[in-house]
Amino acid sequence: MTTLEKGAARPDGGRRRGEELLVARDLVQEFPVRAAGGVRGGTVHALSGVSFDIRAGETLGVVGETGSGKSTLARSVIQAPPPRSGSVVFEGTDLTRLRRRALVRARRQMQMVYQDPFGSLNPRWRVGELVEEPLRGYGERNRGPRVRELLDMVGLDPSVHAGRRPHELSGGQCQRVAIARAIALNPALVICDEAVSSLDVLIQSQVLNLFERLRRELGLSYLFISHDLALVKQVSDRVAVMHLGQLAEVGPAEALYRGPRHPYTAALLDSIPGLDARTGRPRRPAPPAGEPPSPLDPPSGCRFRTRCPRARERCAVEEPVLVERAPEHRVACHFPIDPVPTVPTDAPAPVERTTP
Amino acid sequence: MSELASESSNTAPAQRRPSASEGVRCELASEPVAEREDVLATATAAAPPPRRDPDRTEPLLVVDDLRIRFVGRGRTVHAVNGLSYSLAPGRTLAIIGESGSGKSVAARALMGLLPPTARVSGSARFDGTEMVGLSEREARRHRGADIAMVFQDPARSLNPTMRIGAQIAEAVRAHSDLPKAAAHRRAVELLSLVHLPAPQRRFHEYPHQLSGGMRQRVMIAIALAGEPRLLVADEATTALDVTTQAQIMELLLELQQRLGTAIVLISHDLGLAASYADDVVVMYAGRVVERARTADLFAHVRMPYTGALLGAIPRLEREPHSLLPVVPGQPPDLSALPRGCPFRPRCSSATDRCAEDPPLQEHEPGHWWACWHPLPDARPDAPAKEGV
Repeated sequence: MTTLEKGAARPDGGRRRGEELLVARDLVQEFPVRAAGGVRGGTVHALSGVSFDIRAGETLGVVGETGSGKSTLARSVIQAPPPRSGSVVFEGTDLTRLRRRALVRARRQMQMVYQDPFGSLNPRWRVGELVEEPLRGYGERNRGPRVRELLDMVGLDPSVHAGRRPHELSGGQCQRVAIARAIALNPALVICDEAVSSLDVLIQSQVLNLFERLRRELGLSYLFISHDLALVKQVSDRVAVMHLGQLAEVGPAEALYRGPRHPYTAALLDSIPGLDARTGRPRRPAPPAGEPPSPLDPPSGCRFRTRCPRARERCAVEEPVLVERAPEHRVACHFPIDPVPTVPTDAPAPVERTTP
Repeated sequence: MSELASESSNTAPAQRRPSASEGVRCELASEPVAEREDVLATATAAAPPPRRDPDRTEPLLVVDDLRIRFVGRGRTVHAVNGLSYSLAPGRTLAIIGESGSGKSVAARALMGLLPPTARVSGSARFDGTEMVGLSEREARRHRGADIAMVFQDPARSLNPTMRIGAQIAEAVRAHSDLPKAAAHRRAVELLSLVHLPAPQRRFHEYPHQLSGGMRQRVMIAIALAGEPRLLVADEATTALDVTTQAQIMELLLELQQRLGTAIVLISHDLGLAASYADDVVVMYAGRVVERARTADLFAHVRMPYTGALLGAIPRLEREPHSLLPVVPGQPPDLSALPRGCPFRPRCSSATDRCAEDPPLQEHEPGHWWACWHPLPDARPDAPAKEGV
């Protein structure tokens, strides 16, 4: 693995791959909603007890539908705003307990890249100033050469682009500027919230490859949020599937996509249009019936049960918790889908399997 | 899971649609559903005028060499540079391209929805009527009644201060002389046609009370109010979740099956085209670069741009952390198009010859492409081809 010199010069140089970088436990975030006339209308249950880990050098992908709490999850990690309850331990420090000053210092190690590249850059600033801003904010010296180096790293020509303003750049170039800002301070974790979703396919592939190159060269960890399942698989070591503020399934990317255990994951995968890889024939999506339930009033028990083809009485009564069904592969479902055996056998069913 | 969804996933596109369910009363059918098997995929602009043949359906829409420029502020933006296609009743045509490829502008030209700075030339004949150059008054007669459009963002297309029922009834009354009470009943019918749960109750709700998918269903109900024969879906499912997208597409196909509506599906998503369209037109910088039946196109892509698009899509089959094949550069500036093939500056197989305009020709039956150096044919029994 090629490491740039800066990687070694990190203040915390001792971080090793595979160590826990971020440990989030039981994150709960709720927002009050006002009905007409300012009356208290209810509570949006944006996150309801979400726990996950990110290891150093690892990419955790998060997928889910609109309103499943993906962005709230990202914002709870960086404490903007802090979660209602739960803990976020980043490099050994619980961020939820930090005061303002200490929190600002800790955030140096975690940066965000947002969906809309035009919306996240000040339109009156030049690219050079935009990339310099985080360096100046944390009192870095010798900023000029570093800005040029950063622009070079994200594939922009410092002599051409540093003097331009965001409106003179294309969407893909703006997103590169946003990425240069995010990596300026050598963060350990970069949170990408739909970071390539607004880009055209050919530009999107360029930016995805840039993320991949930076991961290898700088040893970055990513929390990669997207609604696009294929995109998330492209970049992730592990994938977490969110549904209505809860994790439905977490597992290694390859295993989770090849053999989804949660009916919701299967439903998402079955909804993707496209070609069948083996036959080259069009794949006709088979979406789940019905609408996603409201986060204002989530169903009792399992929150997917209203759309789930496998739902039984138990699902309405008992809330499923994440259970490890395979190595590193945890599923929150009473009646998970059995993995398709690679070799057909007549061996007895695994013990943990609950026959519906 | 809906009955439509339970269909086998790997049937060929030509046969994959379910037949219209028996006993379903077809409220809107103004004409019989076309005989699908014999419908021509794409009639060519150069082909002889279609004969009245009972086995063949005449194209509903024939677009021929459509060109659209925007003139202003001292520069001319060439948004569409020679678009030709045709569409038969009951068929779905996907127009695929990136932002700025001219796909939406071309569709808006059909509806007479372009700003006054647009200069349109060429021809777009809808059922024999020339749509290019119609006066606003004449265009209004066709808009909604013959051709209806569903846009990307249902939240912005609906009036937030009006109940959805009133908005549908308004559209119904604009295209008929039904009295208020009948228009109301018709609106409820339309809501149940697009499978909005509890249509009687929803009739009195406001757009903000509905989810994105439900709003798009309302938009489709409004589009169907004038019983159009052509429905243009301009990125109609792009803002929706995959699950909702699949539901809306199922709805569109079901309605097409029942009403015989032709659909133009404008999208950037090749996967969507692969799953739902009969024919595909790929646009780049305002031109058609490849055009074929869906199955033919995806079985053997010939234009390098289409190949690049297919390669750049993250796919479930790829290993995590694999690098995507990358096409350098950006789409050309439409006010300063390069000479010759517009994809030339980014194309890996470009040569000096590409400075000459490659014509869009039918190189194989039904398969058109505009390229001097097409990709090799992937089929095992492929005939020898020109130099690559």
